[in-house]
Amino acid sequence: MAKKFNEMAWHEYPLGFMVTEPGCAAEYRTGDWRSQRPETDKSKCIKCGVCYLVCPEGAIVLAADGTYDFDLEHCKGCGICATECWTGCISMVEEGE
Amino acid sequence: MAKRVGIEVSLAISEAVKQAKVDAIAAYPITPQTHIVEHLSELVADAELDAAFIPVESEHSAMSVCAGTAAAGARTYTATSSQGLALMNEILYIIPALRLPIVMTIANRALSGPISIWNDHSDIMGARDTGWIAIFAENGQEAYDLTLQSFKIAEDHRVLLPISVNIDGFTLSHVIEPHEFIDQQEVDAFLPEYKPAVQLNPDQPVSMGMVGIPEVYAEAKKCQDEVLKNSEAVVKEVFREFGEKFGRHYQVVESYRAEGAETLLLTMGSVSETAMEAIDRLQDVEKRSVGLVRLRLWRPFPSADLLKAVTGCKTLAVLDRAVSFGSPGGPVASEVRSTLYGVDGAPYIASFIAGLGGRDITIADFISIVDQAESMAESNENHQYKMIGVRE
Repeated sequence: MAKKFNEMAWHEYPLGFMVTEPGCAAEYRTGDWRSQRPETDKSKCIKCGVCYLVCPEGAIVLAADGTYDFDLEHCKGCGICATECWTGCISMVEEGE
Repeated sequence: MAKRVGIEVSLAISEAVKQAKVDAIAAYPITPQTHIVEHLSELVADAELDAAFIPVESEHSAMSVCAGTAAAGARTYTATSSQGLALMNEILYIIPALRLPIVMTIANRALSGPISIWNDHSDIMGARDTGWIAIFAENGQEAYDLTLQSFKIAEDHRVLLPISVNIDGFTLSHVIEPHEFIDQQEVDAFLPEYKPAVQLNPDQPVSMGMVGIPEVYAEAKKCQDEVLKNSEAVVKEVFREFGEKFGRHYQVVESYRAEGAETLLLTMGSVSETAMEAIDRLQDVEKRSVGLVRLRLWRPFPSADLLKAVTGCKTLAVLDRAVSFGSPGGPVASEVRSTLYGVDGAPYIASFIAGLGGRDITIADFISIVDQAESMAESNENHQYKMIGVRE
């Protein structure tokens, strides 16, 4: 998309507020809605990928060593990864002021 | 021009929908809209109309299906009334936001409670702010003509908005009137095949119905309102073309013997024809200076044309057929007051509510409205609204 919605004037909007390019939600920083962020104790991570599968936002990314990192620009802090993690290596931490 | 045929107004509307060659109809039957959709389902069953007739379990589903078929690029029609329109309410807002040009007949009927199947305008007033274009017909011929024109207005790429054609329940829907039908060939020339601007298509995927975060929502609403307001010019354009082609001329604000009149009545819907009779009597028998203004286009509200139509009169008596509970006036009167507020030489505006839940409004009622409005104007009476014919 040439211009993001939040840079457009009202008369520049596409018909019916439709999105014609897939995946454009990635362009919006929605991670600042978060009040808690996930943190991993990587020593306990068994690289199973359950967190990657359950994340509703696609905000968990595979790291080079086979463990997983968080895309904090899009993670909304729902905590599903922490609840589902088999080894309990993910914990939710309050965002600082 | 084709010969006149005596037929029930509901069936004439179905005929217009058939002649518009709609692709999809989803509707749930409700009194007094039933004959329209019953007849359409017969036309589809008899292969006289090549359309998908999708029966549904509620009006909420009817409008949801219409959203889907219109999004897929189908010319889409539905019809409802009263509680049915109320049940559609949630989806009504979404249709114009997605810019889907659905045409819907509303056989206007009072809302519960008490339960009433009879005519007034409370249903459409409840859907007033949903973003649909709303047009009123006064008789069967108009209902037929406006149905055809509505597809053309709605589908214009400068518009792409849904439109409701309002016909008074029973007073119009169940009455047999003479209609002049337009030949199919001429309908086809007037109303070409619908060409959607965007449609759901696996080869060119789009997402409709997106989330609007606070940073982007207001612009979407501003855009929607501007498009709705600008649709008035297209409504006029289509009315003009229709008039030139078929000899029946429509205006967004219509006048009847109103020129130079000191007092004007303002009405909407089929009761305007009774009002004309009252005006004839007041002018011809009683030699009084009273004329009539009729609102055909309710949304977008035709402020400029209304202003022009009432300029010069001293008293303006506005008739409403719905109560806006807790409001300082009837819904139409409130718009009129707002349009005329601060205008130099604006008339005294008297707000009247009558004809609720199917109660007749007679010629005598209109004369009483004029009498009361003139005396209220004389004393500059401060009022909210007066209800006509209510037992005190």
